[in-house]
Amino acid sequence: MEGFLHQVFAGLATGGIYASVALALVMIYHATHHLNFAQGELAMFSTFIAWALMQAGWPYWAAFFATVAASFVLGLLIQRLLLRSFEDAPVLTNVIVFIGLLVIFNSVAGWIFDYTIKPFPSPFPKDAWYVTKYFSGHEIGSVGVTLCVLALLYSFFRFTPMGLAMRGAAQNPDSARLVGIRVSWMLGIGWGLAAAIGSVAGMMVAPVVFLDPNMMSGILLYGFASALLGGIDNPWGAVIGGFIVGVLENLMGAYVIGTELKLAVALLLIVGVLTIKPSGLFGRVVVTRV
Amino acid sequence: MNASDRKWMLIGSIVLLVALCTVPFMVKNFRVFQMNLVLVYAIAILGLNILTGFNGQFSLGHGAFYAIGAYTAAILMDRFGVPYWATLPVAAVICFLFGLVIGFPALRLAGHYLALATFGLALAIPQLLKYKLIEEWTGGVQGIVLSKPEVPFQFALFGQKMSSDRWLFFVSLAVTVFMFWVARNLLAGRVGRALIAIRDHPIAAAAMGINLPYFKSITFGVSAGFTGVAGALGGVVVAFVAPDSFTVFLSISFLVGLVVGGLASIPGAIFGAIFIQFVPNVADELSKSAPWALYGVFLIALMYLMPTGVMGLLKKLWARRRRAPAEAETAGQP
Repeated sequence: MEGFLHQVFAGLATGGIYASVALALVMIYHATHHLNFAQGELAMFSTFIAWALMQAGWPYWAAFFATVAASFVLGLLIQRLLLRSFEDAPVLTNVIVFIGLLVIFNSVAGWIFDYTIKPFPSPFPKDAWYVTKYFSGHEIGSVGVTLCVLALLYSFFRFTPMGLAMRGAAQNPDSARLVGIRVSWMLGIGWGLAAAIGSVAGMMVAPVVFLDPNMMSGILLYGFASALLGGIDNPWGAVIGGFIVGVLENLMGAYVIGTELKLAVALLLIVGVLTIKPSGLFGRVVVTRV
Repeated sequence: MNASDRKWMLIGSIVLLVALCTVPFMVKNFRVFQMNLVLVYAIAILGLNILTGFNGQFSLGHGAFYAIGAYTAAILMDRFGVPYWATLPVAAVICFLFGLVIGFPALRLAGHYLALATFGLALAIPQLLKYKLIEEWTGGVQGIVLSKPEVPFQFALFGQKMSSDRWLFFVSLAVTVFMFWVARNLLAGRVGRALIAIRDHPIAAAAMGINLPYFKSITFGVSAGFTGVAGALGGVVVAFVAPDSFTVFLSISFLVGLVVGGLASIPGAIFGAIFIQFVPNVADELSKSAPWALYGVFLIALMYLMPTGVMGLLKKLWARRRRAPAEAETAGQP
């Protein structure tokens, strides 16, 4: 029983990380209705920025917030400079461009920062008051950070005029444009926010998996699985999906199939959810008119 | 096409044939090996093109079918002593079946979601190949080392002996020509038009009486079969298979080749294959990660500037060349 509980709680901790990746994916989906395959590599790249800042002697939290800001700008720039011309392009074009971005970020990170595996510090001390038998400081800290990000996002979309404008631009671009919302900029800000959330996810995951250019490939898949399980258009769903996937992955790894096949769990989850319940657990069922 | 065009086509094909038969004897063994890989990749990209270019279904996971083809060939040769040429049809059938299995849930997945599911497949395949229960067959992380096939006869040209790589070149060439011939016949007729109709307007296609689920899943199978043959041939050519040679980046290479060569173009696959075989070698001298950065830049730049790839560009140039004399003639008339 003790061991089982340990597995569940460890799963919740990793789930928090999947949840933040899923949140970033949901963000982009909200704003652009695209699945961003480059999300993981973008997060990895941001984490390297944070690492570089810390190497230069910045304290953790200064580097953290500087990275979040830099990632926001980076995401905004990518959308403004690169993706704007593909806004109305077919899905295939978009997927190809995303894959192009994935490859570029991966190789540029390797080019600049090298492929050696680097340790990344955690801001949460090992002996803090909130450390319990089941959770390490970093685990509980990263779950807390994810929940904070979720709360911030929720209030942004729910209570600010900008959030309302973004929701409008995503749901009905034509009418939104008619009431004076600059739809294209809203997409850009959506990208910026997603990159910023992704950078938080990257900095939370790096102390666990260590920092290297390929650290996000598996996590991105889990992020997708979480987002789909929770419903790709629902931030709360994405977070709950993340925790479910984290626990499921850990239990399957510990008791059923062993650690080597963990990625296959994510694959099965994705295909299963998409075939059986494409809208996810908490998503809205979309009906299109033909 | 008029008579003079046909004459040039004939002369061109004869020159090409002679060149293809002599070039392997004029270059070093290693170059021949690279040319073999070009042929292998051309078949794989052709398979992907049938699915993505012609039928509009995404796959970011064709590396998985390539891997299954390669492992089929390797296991058959290693465990059962099957001759290398006999593994190709087996790989085609097995990959066709795998393609159907993957293609069936894919019927419910459109656009992004299909890309995602196949992306997941590409990420998971190295892990699956390392799985303990099938280690006895697959050799686990170590993979399987094969021996290159023997040359059936002695032959020499320009003082270069027929090595097993050179022999494999001719085998691969024959297989490639056969696969391209099959693809052309498949796509030039009623089936090809049905596939394109499904890509361009599924609802209209269904209204025209095209059985969408049937065509889409069969296309997935056929496409996987093509790539499986490429994989088997690749396994024979390289004489080594291991899980880590089939990462997600292999699937991305195929996508790069597809985009460079040109979507929905059969001969484009060859240009794509040449690109993914030789450009990384050139870029490699700059930095270890340069080839991939270059791939990414090419992917995005091509989407901007040349969405129809090399073949699209060639067709445009050809059309302009044809138009120029015709315009000159009409301009001369009063």
